[in-house]
Amino acid sequence: MTDQSATPFLDIQGLKTHFPVEKGIFFRKTVATVKAVDGVDLQLRQGEILGLVGESGCGKSTLGRTMLQLLEPTEGSVKLEGRELVGLSGSELRAARKDFQMIFQDPYASLNPRMTVYDTLAEAILAHKSVHKSKLPEKVAELMNKVGLSPRFIKKYPHEFSGGQRQRIAIARALAVEPKFLVADEAVSALDVSIQAQIINLLANLSREMNLTLIFISHDLSVVKHIADRIAVMYLGRIVEFGPAETLFDDPLHPYTRALVSAVPVPDPDRERERQRILLPGDPPSPLNPPKGCTFHPRCPYAVEACKASFPAWSHQGNRQVACIRLDALD
Amino acid sequence: MAEILPQPKMPPASDLFEQAEQGHSLWQDAWHRLRKNHMAVIGGIFILIMGIASFFGPMMVEHGYQEQNLELRETPPSADHLLGTDKLGRDLLARVLYGGRISLTVGLVATAVSLTIGVLYGTVSGYCGGKTDAVMMRLVDILYALPFTIFVILLMVFFGRDIRLMFVAIGAVEWLTMARIVRGQVLSLRQQEFIEACIALGLPMWKIILRHLAPNVLGPVIVYSTLTIPAVMLLEAFLSFLGLGVQEPMCSWGSLIKEGAEIMEEAPWLLLFPGSLFAATLFSLNFLGDGLRDALDPRASKD
Repeated sequence: MTDQSATPFLDIQGLKTHFPVEKGIFFRKTVATVKAVDGVDLQLRQGEILGLVGESGCGKSTLGRTMLQLLEPTEGSVKLEGRELVGLSGSELRAARKDFQMIFQDPYASLNPRMTVYDTLAEAILAHKSVHKSKLPEKVAELMNKVGLSPRFIKKYPHEFSGGQRQRIAIARALAVEPKFLVADEAVSALDVSIQAQIINLLANLSREMNLTLIFISHDLSVVKHIADRIAVMYLGRIVEFGPAETLFDDPLHPYTRALVSAVPVPDPDRERERQRILLPGDPPSPLNPPKGCTFHPRCPYAVEACKASFPAWSHQGNRQVACIRLDALD
Repeated sequence: MAEILPQPKMPPASDLFEQAEQGHSLWQDAWHRLRKNHMAVIGGIFILIMGIASFFGPMMVEHGYQEQNLELRETPPSADHLLGTDKLGRDLLARVLYGGRISLTVGLVATAVSLTIGVLYGTVSGYCGGKTDAVMMRLVDILYALPFTIFVILLMVFFGRDIRLMFVAIGAVEWLTMARIVRGQVLSLRQQEFIEACIALGLPMWKIILRHLAPNVLGPVIVYSTLTIPAVMLLEAFLSFLGLGVQEPMCSWGSLIKEGAEIMEEAPWLLLFPGSLFAATLFSLNFLGDGLRDALDPRASKD
């Protein structure tokens, strides 16, 4: 892992994904725009695990899908090892996809119910390289071992597996093309807590072994804390704080991060009782009509008039970045 | 955190498939469920028998379906003419079997026509989405609004009573529902994460459609096809009953029922035999279709 090399492994600049809201049957007019992702900058090193957190509807999944070009960005650039991914042609993009893969939220929907594990994995292996037919079973078995599944199950169908096993198959499929970069979109939130731990450890180990860059999207802070090297906190389509996992948890800077961190239960009854929780007034505003200036100001206990003027610029605090102009005022 | 699953030693690749546990595909599960449904099985067997009888029967019966014997007009069932004769002295058994051939062929061919058009149209509409989808589906809505029996009658009147035309005419009307069903299925499948995963893998579009979309659309398509066959046969019978169907001396179950109904007081067997066979076939097809629907329904497969 090189620290801050000249070209970051993944470089995202000013990424925006807007969805038009259309009305009318024949002559569709755009009546509004949902700004799901509204200007995200992010640089990642190879092999690191980024936790992307934020409440429901803040644009985490949209950001993940846009990075992987599953959704077309409205604006901005995504560079993987210096190569621009936005605006690639259909066949160029298909070829480029071998470097980045996705793991989906719902393991019950992310596998084709009519294909055996073998067919699913073999198809993924053959997607970007040709393997001789006699070598294929070996490759599939190798993949299954890698994710902790017995190759005995090679002829089984997805509905014959439990949720955790299916998620392992989905991970194996993503690894089949030997990617460098993986996005796990709420990969464990559909699973039992005990299975969650297994899958998280599996992802962390794989990332370490294969020097895989992983973006782990979750709304569950305690899960993210366990796996991530660095954490990015998202609010209403923008990243408001970005920094190493430990410091971000111990000493959150942005008022929204503070509220978020204070909401994580502590597994110790005595400390849990003393835990100070910051309650935010109101609901998150609609991304259809985000507030002017800092999008957090209507709910922020520290907001002043200046917060309504413009979205705050990044301020660097050591190895962390935070978008807030009121940092001095916070204790 | 210990791994709960065992990590067995990897066997050599050649043995992998022999040692692997056999899985059950959704098709196999559906087949097991279908076999447990007695009505559907009886229906299926009856249709099979009817199919064999009407395609090979006319060759076995000693009288031809158009062979007239004016001395033996409207005779009740006897040893020589098992089901009796009609007003021109033609053997009813031969005519019923031959009529079954026409009716079943109309049912199958018209359903195949509607299947082809409907599946292609629906898949394109659902997969492309957006404006293409809107325009294509509005066209279907407009065609739906046409009184389709009148449309078929008009076709028959203008282009003459050609049986091939009837296949096309009925098929052209019946594809609309098929297109809607397929489009709906494709639309919902497209949102499924496994299709997105295919795109993320960089698979070409034809592979996604053929290997991932098509097999998952097939279930409802099979069910609807089995239910379209009786609907088409009924439509054909209806047209024949109006005198717009097949032409003499050819006959279908519809035209036989029509002839029988005209002289039902003097010769009730002329209505009874084709009528009951037709009804039994329709029942069988519907039972089979219902059984297939229950067997292939993904919601039922969860329990």
